[in-house]
Order: sequence, then structure tokens, then C-alpha cells
Amino acid sequence: MRLQRSTRLALYSVLEFAAAPERQISAAQIAEKYGISPHHLAKVLRDLGRAGLVESVRGVGGGYRFSGNAKRLTLMDVIELFEDISASSEANTDAGAASDVGGALGMVLDEIDDIAKATFRSISIETMLKLVERRRGARAKT
Amino acid sequence: MKRSGLGRDGALQQKAPARAGSQVRVRAVREADLAQVIEIDARVTGLRKRAYWRDIFERYGRARGGERLFLVAADGETILGFIVGEVRDWEFGSPPCGWVFGINVQPDARLSGIGTQLLAAICDAFRRAGVKRVRTLLARDNAEILSFFRSQGMMAGPFIPLEKELE
Repeated sequence: MRLQRSTRLALYSVLEFAAAPERQISAAQIAEKYGISPHHLAKVLRDLGRAGLVESVRGVGGGYRFSGNAKRLTLMDVIELFEDISASSEANTDAGAASDVGGALGMVLDEIDDIAKATFRSISIETMLKLVERRRGARAKT
Repeated sequence: MKRSGLGRDGALQQKAPARAGSQVRVRAVREADLAQVIEIDARVTGLRKRAYWRDIFERYGRARGGERLFLVAADGETILGFIVGEVRDWEFGSPPCGWVFGINVQPDARLSGIGTQLLAAICDAFRRAGVKRVRTLLARDNAEILSFFRSQGMMAGPFIPLEKELE
């Protein structure tokens, strides 16, 4: 499963906001941190806002704030806002899919997809934030 | 490798703070707990597996020596959850590690830290038995328990489970 650019931006953003839920963070700050286009990010943030995961805060020091439930929200919940994850793998839809070889290849790719989906469903934003902290701690030691 | 005993029942006591007005402690299972363990499992899985749990009790509940563990979270006489596991040696070349193969918490007692207490207690016992890693295996579609283990810092391991239909 390859995540599209918008999906990755959405995940970066949600994790940034959820790491500091009381703080308002501007789109420009996130765009700069991850080296991404502010224009593209703005569209992603609008979609996250419509889904109720972030809320915009107007005025001086305005920006966005996390409004989801980090304990309940999973990576898959965010991914599904941007991608049709129920779609079959390419091998199941291309011209060779009807052949025995194509069918067997599709089975293997579906197996990989199923594992990826289960992984995304099992990891909450809170768990991801713990993982980020662990990585930060490990890097600090080296 | 150091392999120390579990000690008496009270050796694994841990207090779970989240249930207001209660004193939940994790301890080794007793024969009198078995009926409640069976009920928790039946409530969650829909299957009342008396013979299975009797066998698990005989093999894990009565085991001494710290490598087979069957623990419960108890609030007085009420059993709120259980965990079962063991140290397994050299499976497919893997150095000895702790295996958790059963965990459950009464549905109405969830989200109060009991699962965390149970896992912490069995991990402590595994450490005392001298192992440095804990593993588990569960269904891909069991999102709730998968999420629980993920929240405890567990990640995909180096093994891939495989199966086939026996024709």
C-alpha cells in the first residue's frame, strides 16, 4: 500500500496538532517543518477540518488545533479520508488479472495489503505519538 | 540465563489506580477464580470453553518456576481480567522469549488500565525468568486487542504466521 502525498501530509499534520492539542499551530509552520507546499497543505487541512479532526482558530496567533480523540483515532481513519483503501490492488484490475499468473500475483499483493490495513487500523494517534517520543529518545542517546 | 521463580501468589501484586473505590491487584490465578475466567472469556468470545480452561489452569495455573504464567486482575473476590503466557525456547531459532497467548478484561471494566496492569505483571515475570522480549499472536481483524498491544509499544516481529487448509 503506497500512501498518496495528501495522505502523508494529513498524517504529518494530525500528529503535529495532536502532539500539542492546546496549542494553535499555523499551516505555514507545518509546511516549513516538513518542506511541503503551503497551498497543498491548506487543502488537506480543509479536509481534516470538515472531518472534525482539526479546527481553525482565527485572530492573532491563529492557526489550527487538534479536535479529534487521539486515543480512538487510528491511522486508518485519517488515511480513509484521502484514499479509497477498499480498491483492489493494481494486479487485480490490469489486463493480466484474469490469467492464472495474474490471479496468483493478485493473491500475494492482497495479502500484503491486508497486513498493511490491519496495521493502520491498530495504531492510534496516541500510540503514534508514543512511537515518535521513543524515536526522539533513541536519537537523543546516539 | 537467569531463571528465577515467581514466588508466592502475592509476588505479582500491582495496584490498578483507575477503578474508583476499588483495589485491583494482579496475582496468580486460583482454582476458585476459574469459573469467572471462563465467564469473561465466554462473554467476549461467545464460547464457554470449560475443558480448555481447566486444562490451561492445570498446566499454567498450577505451574511453579516462573516460566508458565496464568495471572488474574482481582478486585476482592471479583475477577476483572486475566492473562496467560509462558517462556518459549528456541522456536524456529528464536532465543527464549515471553509469549502472551491469552488476555481479556471484562468489557465493563475496560479502559481503566487493567489490561496494562496485567501485561506489565507478566512482563515483570518474564524479566525475572531471564528473557528480554515478549511476543504475541492475534487475528488481523481483532482491532481492539491489536490496538491495545500497539499502545503498549509492541511492534511487528520478525516472524510471519503461515497456515494452510489440510485437505
